[in-house]
Amino acid sequence: MDIRKDLLYSDQHEWVRIEDDKAFIGITDYAQENLGDIVFVEMPEVDREVEAEEAVGVIESVKAVADLFSPVSGTIVEINEELEDAPQLLNEEPYEQHILVVSMSELGEADDLMNADDYARFCEEEEQRG
Amino acid sequence: MSKLLFEKNVPGSNAFSLPPCDVPEQDIAIPAKFLRQTEMALPELSEVEVVRHYMALSHQAYGVDDGLYPLGSCTMKYNPKINEWAVRLPGWSCLHPLQAPETVQGALELMYETERMLCEIGGMDAFTLQPAAGAHGEMTGVMIIKAYHQHRKDERRKKILVPDSAHGTNPATAHVMGYQVVEVKSNHRGLVDLDDLQAKMNDEVAGLMLTNPNTLGLFEEDIEDIARIVHEDGGLLYYDGANLNAIMGVARPGDMGFDVVHYNLHKTFSTPHGGGGPGSGPVGVKSFLSDFLPQPVLIKEKDGYRLDEDRPLAIGKIHSFYGNFAVVVKAYAYIKALGSAGIREACQYAVLNANYLRCKLKDYYEIPYDRLCKHEFVATGRWQMEDNGVSTLDIAKRLIDFGYHPPTVYFPLIIKEAMMLEPTETESKQRLDDFIAVMQEIAREAREEPRQVLEAPHNTPVLRVDEVQAARNPVVRYDKS
Repeated sequence: MDIRKDLLYSDQHEWVRIEDDKAFIGITDYAQENLGDIVFVEMPEVDREVEAEEAVGVIESVKAVADLFSPVSGTIVEINEELEDAPQLLNEEPYEQHILVVSMSELGEADDLMNADDYARFCEEEEQRG
Repeated sequence: MSKLLFEKNVPGSNAFSLPPCDVPEQDIAIPAKFLRQTEMALPELSEVEVVRHYMALSHQAYGVDDGLYPLGSCTMKYNPKINEWAVRLPGWSCLHPLQAPETVQGALELMYETERMLCEIGGMDAFTLQPAAGAHGEMTGVMIIKAYHQHRKDERRKKILVPDSAHGTNPATAHVMGYQVVEVKSNHRGLVDLDDLQAKMNDEVAGLMLTNPNTLGLFEEDIEDIARIVHEDGGLLYYDGANLNAIMGVARPGDMGFDVVHYNLHKTFSTPHGGGGPGSGPVGVKSFLSDFLPQPVLIKEKDGYRLDEDRPLAIGKIHSFYGNFAVVVKAYAYIKALGSAGIREACQYAVLNANYLRCKLKDYYEIPYDRLCKHEFVATGRWQMEDNGVSTLDIAKRLIDFGYHPPTVYFPLIIKEAMMLEPTETESKQRLDDFIAVMQEIAREAREEPRQVLEAPHNTPVLRVDEVQAARNPVVRYDKS
């Protein structure tokens, strides 16, 4: 399982990359591995205001349908439209494909996210719980 | 794979013969742009070839009349054929939905009696037979909850609580009704975590939607505490009747503190479902909610039965006419045939069968919550996955080779590699033993010759379907070229 050192992580298995006040959000390798082949991504509307941990989209795989959460509050300023026609990119290169970009309203929220080491431990615990 | 009707096309052959036109032909001025420019792509076939086509397809179908159908949380019990006889009686089948109520008193009496029996089974005060299926019942129930809060001018309640083991329809219903869905976690015993429930319950929560027993087949032992926590903060308790088969005749949701319930007549009360529906999802309420039931409400008066449309607080109409009346007739016949002792016995056999299956399979498949279950239980393919890379999906596909319908797989979502087995009371010990032997054989294959399982099914007209490709690029239209 691939966990990138330079990213932050949520307990819903999203990764976050912060650039200035912008948060690039995608799903982790662990998430795509557990979902299996992803067949559809339902995106939020650009300009929508979101609160941290609010469901903003849906990821559908052959096995399950999962909500996509925004780990941070703010305004959605961009979505990755490429995923609408090619959802498999989330399986193939989860860390290269952000799903949306949020202009953060509370920069401090980034401190609540996990670093790579914490996230690796978190995934291990999830595995053991089954 | 068998050919499509289109591919069997024989130009010039057909299955009809029209008489010559006996009225003068009129030239109707249809604008040219609306006129078809090409021939319609209808297949040309004789009657017998059409009959053979559909007969061949029907041989490839699988239903509970073919064999065990252990689809968890679906209660695929046998549908006694006497129910079909009952519903075809001309007194029912020749009725017209627009007939005046005084000419259909017998039908109204059957509906009224069914409502009373459903009240008795669930410990509720009033029922509507209108909803057409389980999810429709859920929507009706949540509309009633919403109407209740609005009527009390309690406008803050914007959330509905749903456990993480719930059926997908629960959060979907709450969302469709405009509520924000808040997930309640399960504890290490697979039950609602009371601390998490307490933390999430407040005066912004309209109610909790719960299945009891839950989708792990486990009875929510803390149901009285759950009801207290929800009620103390002014919320209502909704009972999803998907798993009613596990408690009918033994315990009643109304006694546990539930305020609104729905049943699936097509599960618990043995009317056909799946492709053979239609379904029926009656909703029952405690008396303080009865004014909110959808209209019309069936009323018994001294000179007969009447459909009351004058219901100022009702949530409105949710179905035309009488709901799916024919399904109600079948459920009535089923309940009357069993009687109260039989209903209880059916429930006890459903629970016994599930526990027999669980105990016989536990040495071969991981059972995450290995204790007394109700009508269903969850096993997993984790041992097979870790040892030989054989997944639950592979096991399910291999079951098809042995002539069995696979169980529900990858649900509930909180268990990895889940397979959810519900044998129902229908199955004999001999049939269960045969199924157990097959499951044990598949476990042996997974260990000793995993390719047999990984490449299954081997004996079906279509082998492993490319589900990914089918979901990403569905082809739903026949194109001759």
